[in-house]
Amino acid sequence: MAGALHGTYFAVQSRTIEHFFDPTAMSSPIRELHPGKGPPVALHDRAMDNLRYIRETMERSASFTHVSGIGGVGMGLVAFAAAALATTASNPAEWVTIWLVAAGVSLGIAVLFMARKSRADGSSLLTGPGRKFAWSVTPPLVAGAILTVVLVRVGSIELLPGMWLLLYGTGIVTGGSHSVRPIPIMGGIFMLTGVVALLTPSGWNTHWGNAWMAAGFGGLHLIFGAIIWRKHGG
Amino acid sequence: MGRQSALRRTDAGGHALGAVGGRQPEAGALDLDRLIHERVRLGIVSSLAVNGSLTFTDLRDLLGITDGNLSAHARKLEEAGYVVCTKSHDGRGSKTEYRLTPTGRVELQQYLDHMEAIIQATRTHDEG
Repeated sequence: MAGALHGTYFAVQSRTIEHFFDPTAMSSPIRELHPGKGPPVALHDRAMDNLRYIRETMERSASFTHVSGIGGVGMGLVAFAAAALATTASNPAEWVTIWLVAAGVSLGIAVLFMARKSRADGSSLLTGPGRKFAWSVTPPLVAGAILTVVLVRVGSIELLPGMWLLLYGTGIVTGGSHSVRPIPIMGGIFMLTGVVALLTPSGWNTHWGNAWMAAGFGGLHLIFGAIIWRKHGG
Repeated sequence: MGRQSALRRTDAGGHALGAVGGRQPEAGALDLDRLIHERVRLGIVSSLAVNGSLTFTDLRDLLGITDGNLSAHARKLEEAGYVVCTKSHDGRGSKTEYRLTPTGRVELQQYLDHMEAIIQATRTHDEG
């Protein structure tokens, strides 16, 4: 039902959107529709303003629920599996590959479940809230990808867990500022975990490296995913 | 139902919106629901339309209004049967949650239709 109304709303928007930006329509007086009724009352201006307000309010409130709790739980499980597999890695390249594949799978899960949740609301992942979230999360992740290449090339693998956790947490904090409260809180704890990981020996062949990765990408995703699932839907 | 009928009146400027609809067959349907027309209440109903439910705090933060303001407007919507309010207790205290009723959903849908009809009527007039 909510989806139907939301869908109808956007359909209304699509039918009227060109009118929003039609200068002829904006300037035409409504008085002629009410002959002899006194001064002009720009009812259509008010109507357009109201529709705009409804759209903006819906977009703002939609950001409360777009992040998927089920997706978070799924990402946590993938990270735990990756952590278990990473302990068997025989060289740094293998270790890095395991975690990069896990990151790719997790990203796919996140996008899939966010899109599913958006569809259930009758909106698209590419509308206001989803786009805002993506634009906020992407820069720190791109920075992380670039730093990963640099650190692997110079052989500083032990910095990767801390750097990944810190920058992922940064992205979640910035993206989460448009979302429900558990999201930025989770991002903050990710950042904290990253800092601690940077201060401890977190090489690929140490227990610390995989432990921090499991605690962050596994544990935090699992816990906060379950909280979001329960409070804000799957 | 009587209450809902009573809530259907003219726009705030005193001009019968039905006059716009006078150009269209569904003239009677263009009477505006003033209960939803108020900006804060429109915000509450719109927010609840895209969320299953929202807590008092979520709604207050989302709309950027005070506790008292939200309470007063939410009460009016509740009295009209547009929203339902449930209070529960968790470990830290009480939690107030709002949900849109089927009636509220229908009213918002009609309000959107009204707005579009006004815009469409203007456009038709301009083109004519």
